[in-house]
Amino acid sequence: MALDSNNKRVFKVVGTRPPRPDGIEKVTGRALYGADVSAPGMLVGRILRSPHAHAAILSIDTSAAEALAGVKAVITAQDFAVQDDSALRDVQENCMARGKVLYDGHAVAAVAALTPAIAKAALKLIKVTYKALPHVTDVDVAMRPDAPVVQAGRSFENVPAGMAENVTSQCEFGHGDLAAGFAAAALIVERSFTTAAVHQGYIEPQACLASMTADGKADLWCCTQGQYHVRALCAALLGMEASQLRVTASEIGGGFGGKTTVFIEPVALALSRKSGKPVKIVMTRDEVFKATGPTVSSSIDVKIGMTKDGRITAGEAHLRYSGGAFHCGTIDMGAQAAFAAYDLQAVRTLGWNVLTNRPKEVAYRAPGAPQAIYAVESVVDELCQKLGLDPLDVRLKNAARKGTKSSYGPTFDDIGLMATLEAAKAHPHYTAPLAPGQGRGLSAGFWFNFGGNTCVSLNINTDGTVGITEGNPDIGGSRAAISQMAAEELGIPYEKVRTIIADTSSLGHNDITDGSRVTFAVGLATIKAAQDAIQKMCARVATLWEIDAEAVVWEDGCAKPSGPNAGQFPPMTLAEIAAISFNTGGPIAGHHEFNADGAGVSFGVHLVDVEVDRETGATKVLRYTVFQDAGKAVHPSYVEGQMQGGAVQGIGWALNEEYIYGEDGRLQNAGFLDYRVPVASDLPNIETVILEIPNPGHPYGVRGVGETPIVPPLAALSNAVSRAIGLRMNRLPMSPPRILAALSAKR
Amino acid sequence: MKTIHVATEVNGDNVEFVCAPDESLLDVLRNRLGLTGVKEGCGTGDCGACSVTLNGRLVCSCLVLGAEVEGATIGTIEGMARADVLHPLQQSFIDHAALQCGICTPGILVAAKALLDKNPDPTDTELRYWLAGNLCRCTGYDKIIHAVQDAAKKMRTV
Repeated sequence: MALDSNNKRVFKVVGTRPPRPDGIEKVTGRALYGADVSAPGMLVGRILRSPHAHAAILSIDTSAAEALAGVKAVITAQDFAVQDDSALRDVQENCMARGKVLYDGHAVAAVAALTPAIAKAALKLIKVTYKALPHVTDVDVAMRPDAPVVQAGRSFENVPAGMAENVTSQCEFGHGDLAAGFAAAALIVERSFTTAAVHQGYIEPQACLASMTADGKADLWCCTQGQYHVRALCAALLGMEASQLRVTASEIGGGFGGKTTVFIEPVALALSRKSGKPVKIVMTRDEVFKATGPTVSSSIDVKIGMTKDGRITAGEAHLRYSGGAFHCGTIDMGAQAAFAAYDLQAVRTLGWNVLTNRPKEVAYRAPGAPQAIYAVESVVDELCQKLGLDPLDVRLKNAARKGTKSSYGPTFDDIGLMATLEAAKAHPHYTAPLAPGQGRGLSAGFWFNFGGNTCVSLNINTDGTVGITEGNPDIGGSRAAISQMAAEELGIPYEKVRTIIADTSSLGHNDITDGSRVTFAVGLATIKAAQDAIQKMCARVATLWEIDAEAVVWEDGCAKPSGPNAGQFPPMTLAEIAAISFNTGGPIAGHHEFNADGAGVSFGVHLVDVEVDRETGATKVLRYTVFQDAGKAVHPSYVEGQMQGGAVQGIGWALNEEYIYGEDGRLQNAGFLDYRVPVASDLPNIETVILEIPNPGHPYGVRGVGETPIVPPLAALSNAVSRAIGLRMNRLPMSPPRILAALSAKR
Repeated sequence: MKTIHVATEVNGDNVEFVCAPDESLLDVLRNRLGLTGVKEGCGTGDCGACSVTLNGRLVCSCLVLGAEVEGATIGTIEGMARADVLHPLQQSFIDHAALQCGICTPGILVAAKALLDKNPDPTDTELRYWLAGNLCRCTGYDKIIHAVQDAAKKMRTV
């Protein structure tokens, strides 16, 4: 029985749309999110934040706050050890400023008190003396030699001498002879673009409940995409051993990458340690915007050459990303992803990360890729327009395929870009007539997808049901998908499987729910854990039948004799084997632990029709279709949901969302009224077309699907608007004032 | 600040509580009455996660003071199902995969029910404008619109 070589293409459970196991709890209000749990004797934690974009902290006097009746603890950065490791030091200093505040909203102190009112009053009694420093919030300004220095001495060695001190890293990718490529072009277009920082906009603000006892043991409940990572960070910052800190992930009210680090959790633990009581901290929406992580803002130059018949001869991009006041590596992913959809002889990307006085960037769905691909896909569209070529034909002509040496190095295996482009071309949307004043845009998009460290336990219960314990918070239906894959592999109904998410003390390490990794990697570990349990069940049956274990096969949820013994014994079902397990060797369980490799890359193509109101500058999205390769859609409804949700986040990014800073370096729109995410009345239905080009790295062909859908909308919308108004747009968001300004400049 | 005693009706039950004069109905429901199905996404009336009905009218409970609800009738997500039978909207959201993270779901269900109580056969446009005060960041609203329309259709034929 070669269990490791099965490549299933016929499915019974995978590909169906069963109800998600947490559905009833979530539609009845019973599901417990970060802020929904309380503890007896609990205190309320609140955080004091900087009103300055950049300032030295000269002194913090907490004595009056400490003296207020009902205040049980006050902390500052002095309550945390200085970390040797620079990444940990950044996390600590982002949670609680040390010496300087680096952005508007940076935490400087925290209190724990009996009630919210007392906590609020105590914050007002903390006296912080600041010395304001010059600040910089724009990425291009921060790269100037005379720019205010956000943090000194943070540049990596690969940053060339002479660059501004705010530049922390440089990266470069590509291959081929650029000069020869551009020389072969009939037309070269070179353009510059900017994109604003946007926020993930999860509806649930960060929330946590920490309880530490005098012996140094602690429990932490929080909404996070990765409880093990929270444990690692908090244990390091609090000086604890991992075994002493149990982190339980609550149900999570959206993350999109934004809940992959800590902000309030170490603060709540430190307050609990100091007060000797459980402490709950719930962020306000204002705090979420000011002090959690948005995306990078970007400034990008792209140059592409093309022949008259649409062959790209060379592509070059220079990318400048700012991830706020601390170093971030997102630029590397942007520079790698920029040209990934193309099969190019000559391509080069250069990128720099730049410090600014903004909150520390945190991942947002395909971090770094949407900005870079927006710029590249905009230039490709302009070339198509100028050369009179069909933009889908040009993409088909240049599309990366199996065997293409990618723009970032590796050679692609089976990928679905060609099939996705062909599906878009064949779809009625692409040839539907447009009215005057309307425009159609398209863009391809790409994301790497990740695998990562994963650990799953699968328990065969004696009544023939199965319990799965996994360690990745379920954001969009992954428990259903994991149960489906277990049911498929074991050959039992979906309803017989229940999947739960473990706390950090109940299961080995699992990487964060990120990189579109969960359905791929946890699914793969689940399949392998099921195979482990199957082998054990076959061995039990072989002993009963007194034949070799190799002579027992698993088919349709039953152990069956095979080879010379075929037909000699009646098949035994999983339930029958489970029922007698105590008499055949004890409980039966399967496990799998690994660092998953083989996550297949993912491509998508988006088509959008828009109409621009020339009096208001407002853009209406008329029609939207998403095409994406899912490898194998385990639960197609939740795959469609990822495609639709990502597309709409991208629409918001393209048309409205942005962090707006004043001259004083303070954020001016830290609320949902002024930071406008798409609402139901802004949008049409989002049509979806799922392609299934199996990922060779997964036995069912599964690819991650969650991140790719946010990549194409930026350029698709920009290309549609540009064609609708007859003017190339090169800044995001294309908010009504920007479009009006562009139109009036043209007149 | 002196607390205020309030007697009101929540999901058909008579309840009493004391609250501070500046305490929102949202905080009362969550922290004093244990109704944590009512979610706080913003506290400023912009996201709709805290939607409840107050004397039959859809409101953001974060914009209502607890002290204002003396003698009122309040409906929250916790009162939507009848014992173990889900409301057709609740069932439809599960059937149509109309929730991903689920944090906005209680508010959207309360809002959608308030619409269907008045207008059992809304157009998609009417529904989209009615739900424009309820932010969902996961779904792009597509499956929510389909789920509400399918539930409305079923409710009309009962």
